[in-house]
Amino acid sequence: MGPGLYNYWMVIVLMMTGLYVVLARPNLVKKIMGVTIFQMSVIMLYITLGKVAGGTAPILIEGAEDVAYSNPVPHVLMLTAIVVGIATTALGLALAIRVYEEFGTLEDDEIRDAEIADAMAAEAGGAD
Amino acid sequence: MSHLISIVTENLPMLQVVLPMLAAPLCVVVHHRRATWWVALVVTWASFANSVALARKVYLEGPLSYFVGGWEPPWGIELRIDELNAFVLCLVSAICAVVLIAAPRSFDQEVESDRHHLAYAAFLLCMTGLMGIASAGDAFNVFVFLEISSLSSYGLIALGPSRRALSSALRYLIVGTLGGTFILLGVGLLYMSTGTLNLVDLQQRIPASDGHRTIVVAMVCVVVGACIKLALVPLHGWLPDAYTFAPSVVTAFLAATATKVAFYVLARFLFSVFGVASSIDRFHVDWVLLPLALVAMVYGAAAAIFERDVKRMLAYSSLSQIGYMVVGLALVTKSGLTGGIVHLVNHGLMKCGLFLAIACVVLRFGSPHLGVQRLGSTHLDRLRGLGRSMPWTSAAFVLGGLSMIGVPATVGFVSKWYLVLGAFEAGKWWVAALILFSSALAIAYVWKVVEVLYFADPPRREDEVGEAPWWVLGPTWVLVGASLVFGVWTAPTVRMASAAAEVLLPALAGAGP
Amino acid sequence: MDVLLFAFLVATAVWGVSRLRDLFAATMMLSLFSLLSAGLFMVMDAVDVAFTEASVGAGISTVLLLSTLSLTHRREKRRERRLDPAALVLVFAVGALLLWGSQDMPAYGDPQAPVHTYMVPRFLEQSGEEVGPPNIVTSVLASYRGYDTFGEATVVFTAAVGALLLLTGLRRRGEADSREPGGDEQGVRMRGNVILRVAIRPMIPFILMFALYVQFHGDYGPGGGFQAGVIFAAGVILAALIWGLHRVREVFTPRALELLIAGGILLYGSVGVVAMVRGGNFLDYDTLAHDPVHGQHLGILLVELGVGITVASVMIALFLLFAGRGRRSPSAVESG
Repeated sequence: MGPGLYNYWMVIVLMMTGLYVVLARPNLVKKIMGVTIFQMSVIMLYITLGKVAGGTAPILIEGAEDVAYSNPVPHVLMLTAIVVGIATTALGLALAIRVYEEFGTLEDDEIRDAEIADAMAAEAGGAD
Repeated sequence: MSHLISIVTENLPMLQVVLPMLAAPLCVVVHHRRATWWVALVVTWASFANSVALARKVYLEGPLSYFVGGWEPPWGIELRIDELNAFVLCLVSAICAVVLIAAPRSFDQEVESDRHHLAYAAFLLCMTGLMGIASAGDAFNVFVFLEISSLSSYGLIALGPSRRALSSALRYLIVGTLGGTFILLGVGLLYMSTGTLNLVDLQQRIPASDGHRTIVVAMVCVVVGACIKLALVPLHGWLPDAYTFAPSVVTAFLAATATKVAFYVLARFLFSVFGVASSIDRFHVDWVLLPLALVAMVYGAAAAIFERDVKRMLAYSSLSQIGYMVVGLALVTKSGLTGGIVHLVNHGLMKCGLFLAIACVVLRFGSPHLGVQRLGSTHLDRLRGLGRSMPWTSAAFVLGGLSMIGVPATVGFVSKWYLVLGAFEAGKWWVAALILFSSALAIAYVWKVVEVLYFADPPRREDEVGEAPWWVLGPTWVLVGASLVFGVWTAPTVRMASAAAEVLLPALAGAGP
Repeated sequence: MDVLLFAFLVATAVWGVSRLRDLFAATMMLSLFSLLSAGLFMVMDAVDVAFTEASVGAGISTVLLLSTLSLTHRREKRRERRLDPAALVLVFAVGALLLWGSQDMPAYGDPQAPVHTYMVPRFLEQSGEEVGPPNIVTSVLASYRGYDTFGEATVVFTAAVGALLLLTGLRRRGEADSREPGGDEQGVRMRGNVILRVAIRPMIPFILMFALYVQFHGDYGPGGGFQAGVIFAAGVILAALIWGLHRVREVFTPRALELLIAGGILLYGSVGVVAMVRGGNFLDYDTLAHDPVHGQHLGILLVELGVGITVASVMIALFLLFAGRGRRSPSAVESG
């Protein structure tokens, strides 16, 4: 375990933070924020592994020889991942708005209570 | 004309994904309600024909490779079709094509008319995602298409008539995105240790780093991600609600395809990418998967018995059936794997048929749009005496149910036969015993429905219900019929499944003791 | 440098996002988190990624979160602060596993790591001749891995389809609209703010111009269709804040937006189909012109344009959907 792994450890800490927010916080918007942090930490992992010591951005410099470029592949992949992330966030927030309109709350436990009430009413309605 | 044919035949692996992918925006452009349905219908049937042609070609000529953009792997993205995913692709496109016939009637009832074109677009996008995952030869590409299918399925589930559809969809979105991100993380760790993303290439470069701790973590991440999408107990939390509250045709579609493709991803990564030598022989993933699968098998069936809502009952039964598939995988024998893979298709056919039968019932009782009092339209009590007023729907349900139990001459029997065979091959008779026990539980929940359908007095109603329209009943019977036909004429499915199992297992023959 | 940035990141994530109860403040912290990550990406040579993260994370995603909060609750429910033991166990298990796995990871920046020796040399050495653009990220993104990028554009399209399905029109059928007519509230409020109006209005044409520059300059520097689309949308969003949503809606009608959203994807896909018709594989730009390099150039230009159109129109549509949705009156919420 060398000091060269510092970045990865920080990524792991961020990952744990995001995961904890998703698992432990009952507010659904907060959960979406947690998902965002979790995704961002994975993105940082990819970008970290693409870095070459003493390298430069992977844009070819005309006529220059012996330039160390950082690896462009993780950058390409993570551009896609960021886009996927914002798409997911947008859809999640759209759903959150609709959930709030229907339930009047975004706290997961309160929504569950309302759902149980719905289920009881359905049981009564199904037996009419 | 011949030029056109040669273009089509040369691009078969690509077209089945590109067709729905381009048809989705086309639906948005066309906008007209019925016209979009026609677009979707033509495209899904064309994709289905394409997959069948492709499967035939794979059987005759062996695995196919297609370089997207003309760039050879590992630099470019490869589509790779072998016996295993050819089979999965056929299932997905067949289900899409059949379900789409029933879709307009159900959408008319459950979705507002000004957004049907969007609903069809989402349906096609989901199909695109699933076909894309199944045909991908590149690990990152799997992630991208997984997200296409996931996002569109959240949108489709949220269309359900009750407000609980929204909360279920949002919870599924949160959990599903975690699953997708775990897969992304796993792919990242694999890439970090090997420098490649191509699946075949990964397979070759991983053994060089055998016992590598990063690879082990990558395997755990991919397995966890795939199991979330697969809804394997204990990561199944999203499934019962999502299936119960989605519009009926959407449930029929997702139940038959989405979890199956997740199973494919799991099998592909464990057996082909990591290889049996590392995933099973060295790290014993089967020691974890087999108990979980057995728990899923029994728990799902037991929970189904106590459900009073038929749709939810079938959702729990799906958990149990997913358990069967994973048991086949975790036995790591040829018969077991054949059983698991053949059950993937068989369960797709019968469960889709059953959910479509439910769609028929929902159509007849009106959708529970308004208010709480009508939410229970799939409640067991609603089905009382339906055997008389909806004879075809009820008969379809019964036949599907028999298949679920595994009665001889149905597809369910075929899968269980191979699973039990696999259990004995592996010397685990207790697995076989549990399979039989879980089937006995299936008798209990299926019988509960049969009893209500045929032996309960119909409640007095002012509005007499009639049979469902043939637009929905037809597809239901196509699927139920298929599950009978392939239950008797087992040659095609079993042959394809055992060829697929051989794709996964030569690694065992090569690396085993 | 990156050590410091990472420490800040962890601080904002742990303290800001996970501890704060005020969701508005947490959103600001998340925005700061994105900005810091963009800085970190910059330090690690990922200029394109940094650009994208800054415009998406600190820009669009913040706008969407704020609009959501204005439609829902600003604060989390107050409850006693305690840690969830089950979640903690799980999180630490995952952390421990990853930490264990990190022992075999190549050291940061090691040029001999497998990722730097296996696939990349060809991209570095030959992409200039095979594809053309000096920005290797653009070559790999649009050509070598053009199929992924098509998938990515489709993901954005999918999100738009989902959001349109959920948020267009009123509620479910059969229920009367009980929302307050508050759709233009924000615009109205902004119009009163002279300083913002004077400061921002002259910037808008430049923002739109800059978007076009980013769109077409992606071959040479950081940028491309996605970033350009986001910047263009940001310009339009600012315009909406100054002149009101209805003015923007007059230009971008729902139908026009639908056509643009779909059009970008169709443009991207049709490049691929044309390549197939001309005898190549899907998205093989070599076939688009007599000279492969020229074909690559044309192909990349067109697909980036497709991405730009779809992304810009999706972001505008999302903003209009979120910001234009009036808040339902509390009485309706209670009875519903």
